[in-house]
Amino acid sequence: MNILSFGAEAVLLIPLCAAGVLAALPGYLGPARINVGASFLTLLAASSLLIEAHPAPGRYLLVDDLNVVFLALNAFVGFTTSVFSASYVGHEVETGRLTPAYLRFYHAMYQILMFAMNLALMANNIGIMWVAIEIATLTTVTMVGLYRTHEALEAAWKYFILASVGIALALFGTILVYVAAEPVIGEGLDSMIWTTLLGRSASFDPALLNVAFVFLFLGYGTKVGLAPLHAWLPDAHAEGPTPISAVLSGLLLNVCLYAILRFKMLMAANAAAVAPGPLMVTLGLLSLLFAAFMLYRRRDIKRMFAYSSIEHMGIITFAFGMGGPLANFAGLLHMAMHSLAKSGIFFAVGHIAQAKRTQRISEIGGLTETHPWLGWSLVLGVVAIAGLPPLGVFMSEFLVVTSTFARAPLLAVAFVAGLLIALGALFLRLNGIAFGAPRGSNAPVKASYAPVFAHLALVFVAGVYLPPPLVSWFQHVSRLLG
Amino acid sequence: MNVLGLDIAHLLAGTLLLLTFVLLYQDRLPALINVYALHALTLALSVAWQALIQDAPHLYVTALIALGFKAVIIPVALRRIVERLDIHRGIETVVGIGPTMLVGIALVALSMVVMLRVTGDATPIAREDLAFALAVVLLGLLIMTTRRNAVGQVIGFMALENGLVLAATGAKGMPLVVEISVAFSILIAFIVIGIFLFRIRERFDTVDLRALDQFRGERR
Repeated sequence: MNILSFGAEAVLLIPLCAAGVLAALPGYLGPARINVGASFLTLLAASSLLIEAHPAPGRYLLVDDLNVVFLALNAFVGFTTSVFSASYVGHEVETGRLTPAYLRFYHAMYQILMFAMNLALMANNIGIMWVAIEIATLTTVTMVGLYRTHEALEAAWKYFILASVGIALALFGTILVYVAAEPVIGEGLDSMIWTTLLGRSASFDPALLNVAFVFLFLGYGTKVGLAPLHAWLPDAHAEGPTPISAVLSGLLLNVCLYAILRFKMLMAANAAAVAPGPLMVTLGLLSLLFAAFMLYRRRDIKRMFAYSSIEHMGIITFAFGMGGPLANFAGLLHMAMHSLAKSGIFFAVGHIAQAKRTQRISEIGGLTETHPWLGWSLVLGVVAIAGLPPLGVFMSEFLVVTSTFARAPLLAVAFVAGLLIALGALFLRLNGIAFGAPRGSNAPVKASYAPVFAHLALVFVAGVYLPPPLVSWFQHVSRLLG
Repeated sequence: MNVLGLDIAHLLAGTLLLLTFVLLYQDRLPALINVYALHALTLALSVAWQALIQDAPHLYVTALIALGFKAVIIPVALRRIVERLDIHRGIETVVGIGPTMLVGIALVALSMVVMLRVTGDATPIAREDLAFALAVVLLGLLIMTTRRNAVGQVIGFMALENGLVLAATGAKGMPLVVEISVAFSILIAFIVIGIFLFRIRERFDTVDLRALDQFRGERR
């Protein structure tokens, strides 16, 4: 593999080496610290990519405007999650839910997951991208089943089967893209390099490209958790360790959506190919409405926020489906805001479930009295994710609504209805959890608040003030997305 | 040679599709596993033939993987699982055999119509392989959705995956085919080990809502 730049290599190599080291180390305190340290180094490497000029795209890897911020976001959330994970895992070991052997496995898998997601983001080859997403899927499957309870195994199996089908469909789509490219570019590796594909996409057979996109969208869309294909998502989030729920919701869904965006750009570069917009708008809106209604019946706190992730993935897909600079801008912003807010919420929820020793909403109550810090951070998190002003999620949702109103008022009405229904459900449940008479155990818990507050502070700041360089970057990428 | 080469590739791909239909109506696990072994063997022959006529020696590796891993090791392992878990009996299907076959025929027609129409520019081998491959993929999905048994679902998935390998080898000069078939073999090994370790007999059925609520911890 040819060398792109030091930072780009480091983003991949640090997690890979850390995974090897962590697989060999016993105990939990040391490995948890190494996990944090490695994630921090990855964050530094990813930040260096933001500053330096983009290297010329290689045959396998690429750093460009679209992926560089996702890499930084990935590394940041990876780092904060590792901090949260250290205290979370400490509690799990004390209560005996996790044994040291499983813990060793868990830490190694965590780093492999980081590696796979960074590889998927940086891949300049649609085959490598597919392989990276497959690795990420396999590692998360093993982690979802980590507790070895009946429910956890069921969730892991369901996730496994559905994600494998999704991945198989995505591979068929990838093969079709190659078949479309091969007469124009020629046999071999060149026909799978994304930058080459994008440059020559205009002369591909549009009909073949259309069929390819349908497979890629449904395939990777399964992993994004779009509505008819979402069945794995709530179980996987609810039954696995909470740091994994945070990474799944905050990062892996984004990575799969990013893969769809790359292929959407290929479609946009071919004038004769059908516009992917309506397909994305339909599934996005369906996910939003479906998840909004489903939120009312949730009795498990992690499952509730998993449905909220489906809702937000629907919003983002809808935004990119509408297209145009404003809606794309909103979609990108929402991806960043959702991943910060949702992983922040999962950090809080993880400690809440540990303090109350249950995930059932009916057994959790009056949190702001028994655990004021946890309770209020959950309240803030829900306020953020429900999209109340002045937080970042409100900004991006507002932008989606305004850009949709200008072009398709009816769609905008359905979209706003979905948002309001979801908001109602979230506050209904939040009221019982955070306020009212205390229910459940009020044992103190050793929690790490720094990651939660870091995330919520960023979401708040983004709602009030977006730094001009970030805005100009978002605008630039929005134009690229077409 | 060229016409004959095309005909034999066509014949093998067609046999693969036919065997997928045979998988569709099997109602006993041991028979299902045997047909799957034959399915994988046909795939191995087809890939080896592609390697010969495309002059692409790396495809022989894919053919060997299909022969050794999918046609021998996996069926033997699955047969052992079936014996150990004592699930010789018939497979519970969601819909009857008749409607399933009709849906299968409709899916094949659909894939022919779609793929032959959109692949006008591709080479004849790629064109027909893609049409057959899509049909096998869709039938594999159908097998997965109509079986309630974990082993049956896995066989559906493996049939689907054989369809993908057929598509990948038909696309002339496609890179990474060997890597992808290795990646898939790992995936399948994971699944089979998973079934064995966790003794998953039945698919977690979503028809009985009461059981579902209990599993999901959503019942008080």
